[in-house]
Amino acid sequence: MSMTAKERMAISRQHMPEREPMERNRDFREVNLGFSVALAQLEANRCLQCKDRKCVSGCPVGIDIPGFLEKVSAGDLRGAAELLLSANALPGITGRVCPQEEQCEQVCIRGKKGEPVAVGHLERFVADWARENLDMKQLIGSPTGFRVAVVGSGPAGLTCAGELARKGHNVTVFEALHQPGGVLTYGIPEFRLPNKIIDGEVDRLRQMGVKIICNVVIGRTFTIDELLTEEGFDAMFIANGAGLPIFMNIPGENLKGVYSANEYLTRSNLMRAYDFPDFDTPIIRAERVVVIGGGNVAMDAVRTAKRLGAKEATLVYRRSRNEMPARAEEVKHAEEEGIIFKFLTNPVRYLGTEDGWIRGVECQQMELGEPDESGRRRPVPVKGSEFVIECDVAIPAIGTRANPLLTSTTPDLKTNKWGYIEVDESGATSKPGVYAGGDITRGSATVILAMGDGKKAARSIDQYLQGKTPKTAKR
Amino acid sequence: MFKILDAKQLASDVKWFRIRAPLVAKHRQPGQFVILRLHETGERIPLTMANADRNEGTIELIVKAIGKTTRELCKKEAGDSIADVMGPLGHPTEIMRVDHAVLVGGGVGTAVIYPLASALQAVGCFVSSITGGRTKELVVLEDELRKVSNVVYATTDDGSYGFKGTVADKLRELMADKRRPIGVVYAAGPVPMMRAVCELTRSAEIKTIVSLNPIMIDGTGMCGGCRVTVGDKTKYACVDGPEFDGHLVNFAELSDRLTTYRKQEQISLERAEHAGHQCRLNEAAKASR
Ligand SMILES: Cc1cc2nc3c(=O)[nH]c(=O)nc-3n(C[C@H](O)[C@H](O)[C@H](O)COP(=O)(O)OP(=O)(O)OC[C@H]3O[C@@H](n4cnc5c(N)ncnc54)[C@H](O)[C@@H]3O)c2cc1C
Ligand SMILES: Cc1cc2nc3c(=O)[nH]c(=O)nc-3n(C[C@H](O)[C@H](O)[C@H](O)COP(=O)(O)OP(=O)(O)OC[C@H]3O[C@@H](n4cnc5c(N)ncnc54)[C@H](O)[C@@H]3O)c2cc1C
Ligand code: SF4
Ligand code: FES
Repeated sequence: MSMTAKERMAISRQHMPEREPMERNRDFREVNLGFSVALAQLEANRCLQCKDRKCVSGCPVGIDIPGFLEKVSAGDLRGAAELLLSANALPGITGRVCPQEEQCEQVCIRGKKGEPVAVGHLERFVADWARENLDMKQLIGSPTGFRVAVVGSGPAGLTCAGELARKGHNVTVFEALHQPGGVLTYGIPEFRLPNKIIDGEVDRLRQMGVKIICNVVIGRTFTIDELLTEEGFDAMFIANGAGLPIFMNIPGENLKGVYSANEYLTRSNLMRAYDFPDFDTPIIRAERVVVIGGGNVAMDAVRTAKRLGAKEATLVYRRSRNEMPARAEEVKHAEEEGIIFKFLTNPVRYLGTEDGWIRGVECQQMELGEPDESGRRRPVPVKGSEFVIECDVAIPAIGTRANPLLTSTTPDLKTNKWGYIEVDESGATSKPGVYAGGDITRGSATVILAMGDGKKAARSIDQYLQGKTPKTAKR
Repeated sequence: MFKILDAKQLASDVKWFRIRAPLVAKHRQPGQFVILRLHETGERIPLTMANADRNEGTIELIVKAIGKTTRELCKKEAGDSIADVMGPLGHPTEIMRVDHAVLVGGGVGTAVIYPLASALQAVGCFVSSITGGRTKELVVLEDELRKVSNVVYATTDDGSYGFKGTVADKLRELMADKRRPIGVVYAAGPVPMMRAVCELTRSAEIKTIVSLNPIMIDGTGMCGGCRVTVGDKTKYACVDGPEFDGHLVNFAELSDRLTTYRKQEQISLERAEHAGHQCRLNEAAKASR
């Protein structure tokens, strides 16, 4: 602790090196390059080591932020990594995708006057250092004999599986798609979150003895009840994500060239359509693409469109820039990469050609009226303001709703009126031994909240199993 | 990896496979399909299961080689493997207990209706099956159908085999036969064929169930790419279907959406053919050395 507060205050926020916008917007390699050790130390020195640690209460999983930052500034990267990993199993992922400006960095004392400490960038730095330099093998408890099934391999499922394995339970993850990772794999593009990071996490789980079985759709290949009876699982965690894309229900939605963001991103990320024809899955490479929405999904879709060669990649959002739910960094990056933003604009219909292709989106100008339930000012259409944005591909990215595939085959699993699974504070569902978390309980939320749910459920499942006898032992 | 245990050529471009996939086989019901991916760089394509044996842990597929992926699959033999097979997907067919059920299969659509025949017979239906193709070569599964149907009619557009005309023409004949009124029609095949069948049965008010074949990716309802319009509602064929009330389906939209990737499909196919050609040239060169 050699530095004074004044000296710390004198350091301004360090900029993380990133690739040139006009170079990076043509390929799918990661935009951010990461801090060097020197930059990381300098940035970590900005932390005032506050007593009331506002940042920690801003973190959904309560990472000891000043603790790990202090170790970074002291050059103890191993210590920093161990501290970080003790609270968050996937820091390489959250360091890249958490909305820090609404969490730790929003409440950071330094943000009151000037810019907050770059907690997210530092988390990413420590995680990447650890991946390269530490033996990440986790200690696992002695085998308990209990078998736990996890449905879905997104951040909630992976976190829960890891925590359960650490406690010595025998864990099997069932994933519907051919590759694990959930949204991290099929939704969030390489240029934000390289697949090798997810692969690394999945490998680590496998080394801990977690079985990950792909191509299994729970609700079809097995029902929940079968897993608990015939298949002999003692408990389970459901984390099958939110799923179904919402369309706006406006004319022309089924024209060729209208994609849900999920489809567009799945083609590009999971199926590697950006490498067509080396990879077999096609995608339309359009000159003019319109994406509708203001969240991370919309941002990922429009930046993907640019990388697939769009000359005009336009984002249409019905509110203004301030109301955009996307991460601040993504909005900034998108602007730098030449994405066109049309705020206070809402589509009313898609226009088609004679042979069924989309040729444009008719939009309406909006203005902000009174605040709605979310506290944001409600956009209202301006009469007579219709205009057309010409395009060859349009991508609504306006949200998802609960996928009924699993819940409809498990009638005694209680859902709320939107179809999301109901859970109590411990993550327990209405079915004994069955827990749930992540987007399927919250609606579309965040990676860190999904991970938090996975961790909490693992603790609850562990408690639930105490004092029971493993089903397989009874046979 | 999913191993191919048996493979048999049914017609010049139609092949039958028996594949080891115990988890899929265990729950498969008639009308359900799988999505498979041949290898790491492959695409995901849906195929109906013609049969399954849960004791043996096997499923059967009948595949028509039409584009890159199906041609590649049809080159596979017993002993080869497939990277991913996911399923069973979709709702099982609603097996209606009627006096007379007619199955109509056009081309490889016959593979889709074939598994229904025995299921319908099992509940006591008299099953008439119509299988057709443009020409003799394209009529498939006639012998297999005979084993599970009460009567089978083969049709060819050019009259080179069986009844001369389309499957719809044959269906019109059956509809005219008042001795055996039709309770339900199940149809699968090219979109124009299913549409023609539905036009016929609509006025006669015969319930008609069609199996739709839109482009799919995930098969779990996650992407919406397989959406079809049924009675003015958008449905996701992979989870809401693949079978729907044919009288409510917007066929024009379906057949149009199926042409989305025509250009890319051509590129893929030409590249694959070219690579195959190169490969054979190289082999020939090696052999002559
Ligand atoms: C494009 C995009 C960008 C995003 N960007 C961000 C971001 O920057 N920051 C952030 O915090 N959040 C972001 N989010 C939100 C975040 O990704 C989700 O909140 C989070 O992934 C939810 O995790 P989950 O584990 O609940 O489910 P998911 O990640 O959705 O994973 C669910 C898994 O379950 C599988 N599955 C579904 N049904 C079944 C079944 N029946 N049987 C077996 N498996 C099944 C699915 O295939 C999937 O792999 C983004 C979302 C998207 C779509
Ligand atoms: C539920 C369902 C069941 C099916 N069952 C069978 C079956 O039992 N036997 C059989 O031979 N075929 C079946 N098909 C059709 C089969 O999936 C397509 O022939 C195959 O995807 C074509 O791929 P390709 O690369 O060989 O041809 P391509 O050259 O890519 O495409 C040829 C045509 O096939 C259609 N198609 C392309 N990609 C897809 C895709 N991913 N999903 C669906 N259709 C696509 C398009 O109309 C395209 O014009 C079924 C389709 C569906 C939706
Ligand atoms: S609030 Fe900011 S300055 Fe204070 S401890 Fe947390 S990161 Fe450091
Ligand atoms: S194939 Fe993606 S929703 Fe049906």
